[in-house]
Formats: sequence, structure tokens, C-alpha cells
Amino acid sequence: MKKTFRIGGVHPHDNKISAGAATEIFPPVETVYVSMAQHLGAPATPVVAVGDTVKAGQVIAEPAGFISGFVHSPVSGTVKKVEPRADIAGNMVPHVEIAVEGDEWAEGIDTTPDIIRDIPWTPEEIVEKVKKAGVVGLGGASFPTHVKLAPPKDKKAECVILNGTECEPYLTSDDRIMQERPEEILLGGVIMMKALGVDRCYVGIEENKPAAIAAMTKAAAAYSQVEIVTLKKRYPQGGEKQLIDAVIRRQVPSGALPIDTGAVVQNVGTALAVYEAVQKNRPLIDNVITVTGRCMPVQHNYKVRIGTPMSKILEVAGGLPADAAKVISGGPMMGRAVANLDAATVKANGAILVLTEKETRRRPESACIRCSKCASACPMGLEPWLLNKLSRAGGRFDELEQERVFDCIECGCCSFTCPAGIPLLDMIRPAKAEVLKILRSRPKKQ
Amino acid sequence: MNRQIISPSPHIHGPESTRSIMRDVLIALAPMSLVSILASGWSVVLLLCVSMVSCILLEFLIQKYWLKVPVTVSDLSAAVTGCLLALNLPPEAPWWIAVIGAVVAIGIAKMTFGGLGQNIFNPALVGRVFLLVSFPVIMTTWDDAGSMFGLVDAFSGATPLGEIKEGLKSGATLSELKADDLGFTQQFFLHAGGSTGELSALALILGFIYLLCRRVIKATIPLTIICTVAVVSGIFHLADPEHFTGPVFNIFTGGLLLGSIFMATDYVTSPMTTKGQIIFAVGIGLITVFVRYFGSYPEGVSFAILIMNSTVPLLNKYCKPRRFGEVRK
Repeated sequence: MKKTFRIGGVHPHDNKISAGAATEIFPPVETVYVSMAQHLGAPATPVVAVGDTVKAGQVIAEPAGFISGFVHSPVSGTVKKVEPRADIAGNMVPHVEIAVEGDEWAEGIDTTPDIIRDIPWTPEEIVEKVKKAGVVGLGGASFPTHVKLAPPKDKKAECVILNGTECEPYLTSDDRIMQERPEEILLGGVIMMKALGVDRCYVGIEENKPAAIAAMTKAAAAYSQVEIVTLKKRYPQGGEKQLIDAVIRRQVPSGALPIDTGAVVQNVGTALAVYEAVQKNRPLIDNVITVTGRCMPVQHNYKVRIGTPMSKILEVAGGLPADAAKVISGGPMMGRAVANLDAATVKANGAILVLTEKETRRRPESACIRCSKCASACPMGLEPWLLNKLSRAGGRFDELEQERVFDCIECGCCSFTCPAGIPLLDMIRPAKAEVLKILRSRPKKQ
Repeated sequence: MNRQIISPSPHIHGPESTRSIMRDVLIALAPMSLVSILASGWSVVLLLCVSMVSCILLEFLIQKYWLKVPVTVSDLSAAVTGCLLALNLPPEAPWWIAVIGAVVAIGIAKMTFGGLGQNIFNPALVGRVFLLVSFPVIMTTWDDAGSMFGLVDAFSGATPLGEIKEGLKSGATLSELKADDLGFTQQFFLHAGGSTGELSALALILGFIYLLCRRVIKATIPLTIICTVAVVSGIFHLADPEHFTGPVFNIFTGGLLLGSIFMATDYVTSPMTTKGQIIFAVGIGLITVFVRYFGSYPEGVSFAILIMNSTVPLLNKYCKPRRFGEVRK
């Protein structure tokens, strides 16, 4: 029996129509717009000024706090502007605008395709290199990776789990890198094992990616500490807590951190970025982006320099078809609708998905028939119908807390499954935010 | 791109709708309806039509002209109530019985509580029980002058459960009554005596399998009810075989299968969690057997379900699903 997580989950059609498209290098653009808020935490502080010449891989911003990160120039050229610019949602975020000139790389970066297998670094050196390279979690949350690789002293890591599930429908960028660069991903896993002082690494991959499983299994033959785990296809298997449950059968207790189960989960893309940072001195300045949609004439997986405007990517991919109605950054279950198509890509951008009105249509809301399908689908074992009711009743935050609204991972299974078309997650999200705010405002127990 | 949509995730939705679920329930009821029509003829067609049309029409009229709210009859929930109500009537019942049942089911049990999703009690069962206490003779005698295709021999009298109740009351024992010798095969495929929807266990089980395959319902409630009835009646039967009917008889006669598969699993009036559903179903099983053994009515499934319906809000409050990360006790 193939492994999977134990509570809830749904089976959306996987629509992996771009799985066959090999990764293409995206052609150079004229201008890139590098966001200073590409990681969870405080936006980075720019260290370049207008008129400066920069090279690809050169630091252009430094972390502004513990949970923050370095940002590097993805191209060589001249800094044109350092000013706020609208992100995908239209929020103004500091950006560094660079006019591209040639493709010159900063010193010390190894741009050859040679695989370097020898890892002479100490754990501290690894964490420092990962930090300096601006590596963040590429699964979507953009959590600075170096923080995860240096857990607090009282927590003991036991294993690394690489997340190759790619459980969101449509997305194929992780699938492609696992097929195309399996050994480098595994080396990234080995490096992280060394940083954490553990001797076990699992790679969880869903069964709908046989080519990736085959490539990774072949590459893993040389690494005895790494085990490729084939998982059943089920959303949201790529959720950190669900993946830990699926692979090592441990559930993160409510309010605790994943590290409390001994597992450190990293996306396969992150593992690749860690490998490049540590072995090649190459900072995170580009990533693979799936450009897909049933309405798009051609499916693509592009390796794109960070800071490229989405409108430019869509243009090169063949332009938006007339019936396109929604552009999503990420997958259809948890991705964010793009309001500003001119927004630039960021490190954790894994996909640009284009849906038609028919594909993304919401059913008109009707009365709850109490079928409890939402509760059966909830991977956290919550009761979305009840949270919806309490949220709509307004101000019943004590009950919402009691019903553990803060455990919600916003995976969208409840809204996806509701036969009455009730936008459950839309109602739960603000309630969760409010309860978390209340919890944070409480005095800490001594 | 003509119109850009910006809304929160998820951006795609599953194929299931209230309407598709109700349609599946109607499909699952089709084998039973068909068997009844074949066995009892046009009177069943008339009952089904009158009942379904009355339910749909009533809901439409109440929503449109009385409550002045959006009309939602297209969700087919009123059609399901109408179909179940007809299957809860004796095949030869006069058509106006169905109209009265529909008024009670839709008008009182469903719409007064606020319509679909708000009612505490199963509407079709409220309709049936209202008819049962108001027209006991019509509702408990089964009279078939001659069926359409002669599948069932002409038969007149009380239901098997009714006969046994009367017999036991008059002091006879089961072996004297011989009512228990209704062959198992006949009970399973087609047997006389009872409501329209109680004629064939096989047809009901076919519907059950369809609902399970389509994931409309889970097997928890029906199986728990049946197991409870089997165990409890088994114990009584073993203790005193002359006065208490056995498990096979109790499971396959009366409305037990119809009730546990189609009425007790009604989303609106059953608990949300597995834990709650098990308590709910055990309760139905126990009350059914006790009403049959000790009550003044021969049949207890309807009462059992309605009584347990009233516990659902409480069960929902105290039976929570297993949370992620919760330590198993």
C-alpha cells in the first residue's frame, strides 16, 4: 500500500498537462524588477543606489532582521530605480529596478553544469552559505531556509524530508527538476542532513510522476541514506504537516512546530537551491516556473530570472487567450489570483496558471445541507461548516478558538468539496486571522 | 482576456452539487419504486406522482408567494421527500393521503423550520407518522386486489409485523402464529404486506450500493442500525423464541431497510461526525426493537428515527472529529 496522510483530503483532477514540456531557458528581458519582500519576515534593505552597476549574483539587499533574507541581482546591468512598485495583489513593495546589460556574473560563482559531490563544509559553514545565497522555501511559504537548518538548541532533528509531492493540480516545475537534475537535488538533501546532523533523508513523490520517481530512484542508488517514498495522489499531501504524517507517520501536535516530530521538510526546489548555494556559490536568482492552463495553446516550464514581469512571461508563452479570465500565481487550490499582471516574479513563484471563467466559476451559494463533506475533507480534522457559521455570526472568537480555527492550513479542501457552493474558506480565513491576533496579544505564560 | 477575475483560493471546485446528490438519491430509489409498480400496479404510480408533485408544488408556492424567498425546488430535495413519502404509504392508499402527507412534510416539517438544511426532523417521516396516527386503518392494512403483473398473490390484511403484534397480544406464541415462516428468499426479493417501499430488500440494497459507490452516503449509519437490531433481537429471540421474533425477521420486514438506508442517512437530520452517527444509529436500532417488542404500534422505525433526530444538535455539539495531531486515547 502506498503511503498517504491519515485525515481528510480531496482528489481534484490533476491536470498535469505541462509535465512533458522540458525546461526552457527564458530569453533575456530588458528590465527586471527585484522585490525586497521575497521571503517571509521583514523586507530586505537595499544596499545599491541608482546608477550602480551590478553583476548577476551580486548582493543588492541585506536582511533586516532574524527572519529576513539576502536578495541578489538576477542580471548584470545598471540600477535604474529603487522605489515601491505594485506586487501581484497591487500592494506597494520596495523594488530595485535594473536595466539589463549583457550577462556577466559576480566573481566566485560556478556556472558550469559539473556536479560537485564532495561536501567539505561544517554545519555552520553550510548554514552561512545558504543564508548568504538568499535561499528561501520554494514550496510557497518563502520561509528563509537557513533558519530552518539551524533549529533551536532544545529541538532535535531526526530526518530531512524532501517534498516532491507537487500535489497541486497543474504544477509541474518540481516534476521537471526531479527528472532533469535528480542528483543535484539529492546532494542538496545530503548537505541539509549534514547541516542538521541527521543521517536519514526521505523524498516524498506522488505516484502521478512516474518519470520523476524513476529518475530520483536511479540517482538515489548511490546515496544509502536517502529513501524515495512513493505516495498516493491526494491533495494536500504537500502540506508540511500532511507530508510528515504520510512519510514518517507522526502528527505535529496543534500549536507545535514540525521540528517537534524530528522532521525538517524542504521542497525539492529548495534542495536544488541549497546545492547550488553551497557547492557552486550560486545565489538564488532564478527558478523554474510552469506556465500552463487548458486554454493556453502551448504548455511551458521556463527557467526564469527573478524579477521578470509576469506579463512578459505570458507574452513569450503565446499571450493570454481571449477566454482567459483568471491568472493565478501558483496552483489552483492555494495559489493567489494575480491582480497586477505587470508584477514581477519572486523566488517562490512556481507557476503561472491561466483559467477560463468556466473552469474557475463558483457555484451560487445555497443552503448548507449538513452533509459534513467539508469535515470529511478537512486534513486538519476541523469542522469547516461550524467555523463558517461561527465566523458569519460575528465576534464568536472564543468558540472559534475552542474549535481550533488557528489550525486551519487554508488548503481549500472545504470550499472545493462543498456541494452547496458555500465559500467556507473565505469565511474561515478572516476568523483565523482575528483569533491569531487575539492569541498573540495574550500575555505569555511564565 | 475580456474580464479579469480576482478572488481568493481555491480557484477550482468539485463537481458535486446539492442537485446532483439529490438526483443520486432519486436514482437509488428507482429500483424500489419500479419493483413496487410492477408488484402493485398503477396505484403506486399514482401515489408517487401525486406525492412528488404535491411536495414540489407546495415548496414552490410557499417560497414564492408566502415567504417571498428565492425558489429552490430545482435542488430536487422536495422531489426526494415526495418519493420517500410515497414509498412510506401502503400501495393501495387513496391519492389524497399523499397530498395530506405532503402538506405536513413540506409545509410543517420542512418550511416552518426555514427550508432545506434547517429542519430538525426528517420531513417524509413526519408526514408518515402524522398519517399513521391520523389514519391508522389506511396506513396499516395492506390490500391488494390483484397486482399489475400478478407477481404477488392477492392478499388482504395487516402487515406481518401487525399480525404478530395482534397475535401475541391475544396470548398466542410465535410458533402458533407461524407468521415467522415467511420464507427468507421471499422476504429478500419480494414479499407482501407493508408500505410500498418495504416490498423488496434486494431493490433497497441495490439503491444502497449505488449511494455508497457514488459516495453520497457512508455505510456507518445503516450498518450500525442493522447490527444493533440483529444483536438486540438476537438476544431476545434466544432468551424466549416463543415471544420475540428473530434477527432475520426483524431486519427484512417492515421499514427497517428503507428507514436505515434512506431516512436515517438524511444529511440534514443526522449527526456530522462518525462518532455521533454511531450513537445515533445505535439509538435508532434499540428504539426500533423495543417499540416492536413492547410498544403499542407494530412498527417502530419511524418513531426511532424521529426520536433520534431530536438528539442530533446535542450529538453535533459533543462528538468532535479526530483532530490532526490529537493523541489517540
